[in-house]
Amino acid sequence: MDTNKISAMKAKHKLLAEYKYELKPVIKGYNKRTLYINLSDNAIKEKPVSDEMIDKFTGGKGFDLKLMWDAVKDTTKWNDPENEICISFGPLCGNTNYPGSGKSIVTTISPLTGIPVDCNVGGHFGPYTKFAGFDALELQGKATEDVIVFIDGDKGTVQIFTAPDEDLNSHIVAEQFIHEFADAPGKEQFVSVVSSGQASEHVLITCLNFSFWDKRRQVARLKQAGRGGTGTVFRDKHLKALVVKYSGLKGDTNHPVDMETLQKTGLKLHNEIEKGDASQCRMRAEGTAHLMEIMDDYDLLPIKNFKYGTLPEARALASWEFRKLFTQDMPDGCWYGCSLSCCKAVDNFIPRTGPYKGQKVCVDGPEYETAAGCGSNLCIWSPRDVVEINFYCDTYGVDTISFGTSTAFAMECYEYGILNKERTGGLDLTWGNADAALELLHQMARGEGFGLIVGQGVRRMKKLFAEQYGADPQLLQDMGMEAKGLEYSQYMSKESLAQQGGYTLALKGPQHDEAWLIFMDMVNNHIPTFEDKAEALHYFPMFRTWFGLQGLCKLPWNDIEPEDNAQTDEPAKVPEHVQNYVDIYTAITGKPMDKHELIRQSERVYNFQKVFCLRMGGGLREGDIPPYRAMGPVTEEEYLSRAERYDKALKEKAGINIDGMSVQDKMKALRDYRYDQYDQLVDAVYKRKGWTKAGIPTLEHLKNIGMDLPEVVEVVKRFL
Amino acid sequence: MKKYLKTYPEKCIACRVCESTCSQVYFKVDDAEKSCIRITELADGNDINVCNQCQACVAVCPTLALKVNPQGVVMVDKSLCISCYMCVAACPTKSMRRHLNGLNPFKCVSCGMCAKNCPTEAIKIVTE
Repeated sequence: MDTNKISAMKAKHKLLAEYKYELKPVIKGYNKRTLYINLSDNAIKEKPVSDEMIDKFTGGKGFDLKLMWDAVKDTTKWNDPENEICISFGPLCGNTNYPGSGKSIVTTISPLTGIPVDCNVGGHFGPYTKFAGFDALELQGKATEDVIVFIDGDKGTVQIFTAPDEDLNSHIVAEQFIHEFADAPGKEQFVSVVSSGQASEHVLITCLNFSFWDKRRQVARLKQAGRGGTGTVFRDKHLKALVVKYSGLKGDTNHPVDMETLQKTGLKLHNEIEKGDASQCRMRAEGTAHLMEIMDDYDLLPIKNFKYGTLPEARALASWEFRKLFTQDMPDGCWYGCSLSCCKAVDNFIPRTGPYKGQKVCVDGPEYETAAGCGSNLCIWSPRDVVEINFYCDTYGVDTISFGTSTAFAMECYEYGILNKERTGGLDLTWGNADAALELLHQMARGEGFGLIVGQGVRRMKKLFAEQYGADPQLLQDMGMEAKGLEYSQYMSKESLAQQGGYTLALKGPQHDEAWLIFMDMVNNHIPTFEDKAEALHYFPMFRTWFGLQGLCKLPWNDIEPEDNAQTDEPAKVPEHVQNYVDIYTAITGKPMDKHELIRQSERVYNFQKVFCLRMGGGLREGDIPPYRAMGPVTEEEYLSRAERYDKALKEKAGINIDGMSVQDKMKALRDYRYDQYDQLVDAVYKRKGWTKAGIPTLEHLKNIGMDLPEVVEVVKRFL
Repeated sequence: MKKYLKTYPEKCIACRVCESTCSQVYFKVDDAEKSCIRITELADGNDINVCNQCQACVAVCPTLALKVNPQGVVMVDKSLCISCYMCVAACPTKSMRRHLNGLNPFKCVSCGMCAKNCPTEAIKIVTE
């Protein structure tokens, strides 16, 4: 990095506001204060966190949602100044003992869905900001020129600066700010940056990048708060970056009440990972990309916009192919102490397209979602092309999941003639055309061309193609893999009713972070009845919500399992690891906890988020219905490709005599059957969750879980 | 070059002078739990567990707090250590240690004090 250039850029900063705060230690995982910044008038203040706020909302996503609820109006849209970006950390966040403890949770009113979206992201920004002194960060208002917020956790200052000369694209700007704000060369690891990229100024399917300084590679690595368009809100506020510096990290910075239990529990899991990872999930060698061949084996890997789940060509994207590109053999955790170390990097990658063509760059990933979404789902079979798409998505601030699903939708529209070269501005969106996919990305960054259309996401494309090109709205609805406005992530749910619910009932939109039940349901048939599925669709979303309340990662829960896990009563829950979480929660906070209260903590926030969705105009049953592509064969070619399976389902599950039925008749019968099954599933899940058939939490349930807050009850009563 | 404590378990009489010496040098207390070298009496003889300076721990340390000095001895830089104990789990011989109420892991630094006090020459500092 050119030090003269760095100095010159920093010299251009103009201080707009400064706030000094008292440096205080974190006690039992909490600071008991949050930081509020208004970018319209440069107001900076701290807000106290009451015991009641902790009791009701716990921390992390709970704090985010509480702060946002108080900040927005019922009518607030994503680009209204009162919309906020909240980033919080949770009481367990930042401990260096238990793997996966460095997560930040980002929330905002999403430009894609109009309701709150939440993203769980790694990198050092969260823990450092927590140890700088705050349990959450609240960003409201809009600046009139590009600004950065700098939190100096060593001095106790928060500053807002103009920052006219730094880049927008994350792989560059993260390093620029790290070098600008590090105390000296060699101190870069104490600085972390949140940024987006050029595309966030033009499209909606965007993300935020959270950095961590890689001391071995001497580069800024990037982790993504990917879903729902957080980058677009960030740039709409004229934020160029958030920067934090904190140099005092130690093993006990959270000031836990019981260091011994925390250390012992963490060490137990380290040992388990050391022993088991190589034979279980190979997270340390391949990261989540190890799923590529597994999903392909089970007909679950999305191919051609989720038409199919397996194809011989998909072996070109197997994890061993990506492993050839990863420069590994070193610990690669996104937070200190994570021995699962799923981060992967491709060093010295040389893009063949775009503004960084020919330059050596370090690319994070690809993770499974990226490899599937930007690879198999588009029939792009070159791992290097996938890495290049991954690189440009990250640095431009584009969500690889929404990019993959949106581009797959556009490619299918191209296949059917709904799109053609005239309509795409000359882009040939034939399946597998990596050049065209990359050009879409570059157009998103430049703010021109058909990339601007794809970058609006599937929901808006459906409307546009029906209105402008006369496309069949039903076909677009069936094949457009979105619900609530958010694109599906990259698993085939056609043969798993439970996962259709896992995806589509998810509060923010179809992301697999609430529940991944495909093996339990489809492969192992462990949850055969509606009640079984409903129980799973209650328990797992609640259990997984807890990670977001605490500042934890999901992966060390079940991507490594104790040797005797299969012999336990409920292997899918990984009971020993649940107990680990109970133990480390009490060890840090000093508060009593058991596996039931853990779920109860989540239920409070989960139902609060549900009511928040209702308040913002979403949250109703109609938003919980999947497109048919997520449930079954939309086209005749899909049906015929797995005719034996579908015929069998009609005969054995639906009890229909298919003799003499045409393919079209069978398709309709299967569709009717599956939607009916789905309806029954939703009834059962809502009942289990304590909601009415319309999907509204009952007052009795809210009272039972202690969330009958007056403002919550007031919203719910509008719908009862 | 690698300077390390070579062990000759067949000579060990489990007198535990080494443990006592180490904990007193390292932590100023006589406590085997705070010794870098550990003796275990087994049915088929005594086991001497101590770091062989293989550097496997260096490779996993996320903060680069584990460094190899010019003698080839792995040292813990306490200013960088964040007590994650990934090194403790990664140690192939289980010779990187933690102890109750301690933050930083600790290990043999090949100081040789235990070898000097060993009455049977069951441990010896060697350089290879």
